[in-house]
Amino acid sequence: MSDLPKARIATASLAGCFGCHMALLDIDERLIELMKLVEFDRSPLTDIKRFTRRCDIGIIEGGCCNEENVHVLQDFRRNCDILVGIGQCAIMGGLPAMRNAIMHSDEPLRECLEEAYIKGPFTQNKTQIIPNDPALPLLLDKVYPCSEVVEIDYQIPGCAPTGDVIYEALAGLLSGRFQGFEREHIRFD
Amino acid sequence: MSGFSFQIDGVEVTAKPGQTIMEAADEVGIYIPRLCDHEGLRHQGGCRVCTVKAGGRSVAACTQPAAPDLVVENETPHINKLRRDLVGMLFNEGNHLCPICEASGNCELQAMAYRLGMTEPTKFPYLEPCRPVDASHPDIALDNNRCISCGRCVRASQDVDGKGIFGYVGRGIHRHIAANGPDLRHTDAEVTDFAISAEVCPVGCIIRKREGFARPIGERDYDDHLIGYDIEKKRDE
Ligand code: SF4
Ligand code: SF4
Ligand code: SF4
Ligand code: FES
Repeated sequence: MSDLPKARIATASLAGCFGCHMALLDIDERLIELMKLVEFDRSPLTDIKRFTRRCDIGIIEGGCCNEENVHVLQDFRRNCDILVGIGQCAIMGGLPAMRNAIMHSDEPLRECLEEAYIKGPFTQNKTQIIPNDPALPLLLDKVYPCSEVVEIDYQIPGCAPTGDVIYEALAGLLSGRFQGFEREHIRFD
Repeated sequence: MSGFSFQIDGVEVTAKPGQTIMEAADEVGIYIPRLCDHEGLRHQGGCRVCTVKAGGRSVAACTQPAAPDLVVENETPHINKLRRDLVGMLFNEGNHLCPICEASGNCELQAMAYRLGMTEPTKFPYLEPCRPVDASHPDIALDNNRCISCGRCVRASQDVDGKGIFGYVGRGIHRHIAANGPDLRHTDAEVTDFAISAEVCPVGCIIRKREGFARPIGERDYDDHLIGYDIEKKRDE
C-alpha cells in the first residue's frame, strides 16, 4: 500500500463556518488509516494558498457569497479531478442563504447590510457607512450553492456532516467504489 | 364482492373492496412513500410521492382503488427516482433550511429525502420565494417558507375540527395555504385543534410556540428509523 502514490486532496472553506472542516476530525481513529492514503495540497489545514499540482479530490465547504468564493471554486474545478461539496452551505447555501429570501425584501442584500451596519438595535457605527473598502471581496446579490456555480460531482450532506458520512464518502472515493450513502446515515442537520 | 388479492413488487396482498392500494399495502406492512396522505384524513392525491405503477400506468396509490389481480410496482429504481425528483422539487420550491428548522429530525419531507437518498447536486434552481411568517397568534406560528401545500391542515381543520381555518388561495405556482382571516390571530384557531397538532403538518410550517427543539438530537422521530419504519415492521411480526 505504501508504494502506491498517495491521493492528493485540496480543501477550501467558502461561505461556511469552518464547522465542516472541523467535522473531518469526527472520523476519529479512522483518520489514521485515511491519512496513510492521502496527502493534502492547497487547504487551510496546510496553509498552502495555491495549487502546487493537480489534485485527485477537492473538498469544498460553504457556498458562494462573494466574488472571491466564485474564483476559488472555479480554481478548484479546474485543478481537481473530483469535486465534492461538503455540508448544507455548499449544497444549498445553508445558513448564509438566509439572507436570500427570508428578509421579505425586494433588495435582501441591502436590507441585510443596513440591518448589520446601520439600523440594527445594537449597531454602533458612528460613520453610518456600510464597509466598502476595495480590498473587500464584492458581495454577490445572493448566496449560491456550489452546484449552481460549477459542476459538483458528489455532495456530503449534514450541518456539520457526521464522521460516518464523511468517512463513507472519502473511503469510497479513494477506492473508486463510492455508491452513495447508507440511507440511515443521511442527515441535513 | 369479498376479499381479493393483487400483487405489489411480487408480494401477494389481500384487499377488501373499496380499499386503496396504499391502505391494503399498509395492512400487510408494505410502505408506499406519502406526504399529503395521513391516516384519519380524507385522501387528497396531491403530492404524487405515492406514485406507483399499476398495470403499467402511473397512479397515486393513496387514491387508486386496489383491484383483483392488479400488478403494482412500488420500490423500483425508476419509481424511486421519480419520487426523489418530486421531493427534491418541494425543497427547491420553498425555503428549507434544515439546520435551523425546529421540525428537523421530526419532519416527514426531510425524512422522505433521507429514505429516497436525496444527496445528489440539485438539478433545479432554488426558487427562494419571499413568503411571510405569521406569528400573530399567541400560541401558534406559521412559517410558510416550509409549507409544501399538502393540504393536511385544510382537511384536518375542516373535517375533524369543523372549523375551516386553512384554505388554498392563488393559482399555479402562486397557489398556497392561507389562514381564513387577515392573520391567524383573527381566526378561531386554538393550539388544541387537531389541525395544529404535531402529526398534521408534515413539515415545520405550523409551529406550536414554546415547544421548539424540545427533543434533543438522537431522540427525534427519524433519528433512529427511516420514515415508513412503523409500517414496514408489521411485516416482520
Ligand atoms: S454546513 Fe453547517 S457546519 Fe458546515 S460550514 Fe455550513 S454551517 Fe458550518
Ligand atoms: S420543514 Fe423539514 S425539510 Fe423544511 S427546513 Fe424544516 S426540517 Fe428541513
Ligand atoms: S401548513 Fe403544513 S399541513 Fe398545511 S399545507 Fe402547509 S405543509 Fe401541509
Ligand atoms: S400521498 Fe398520494 S398523492 Fe400524496
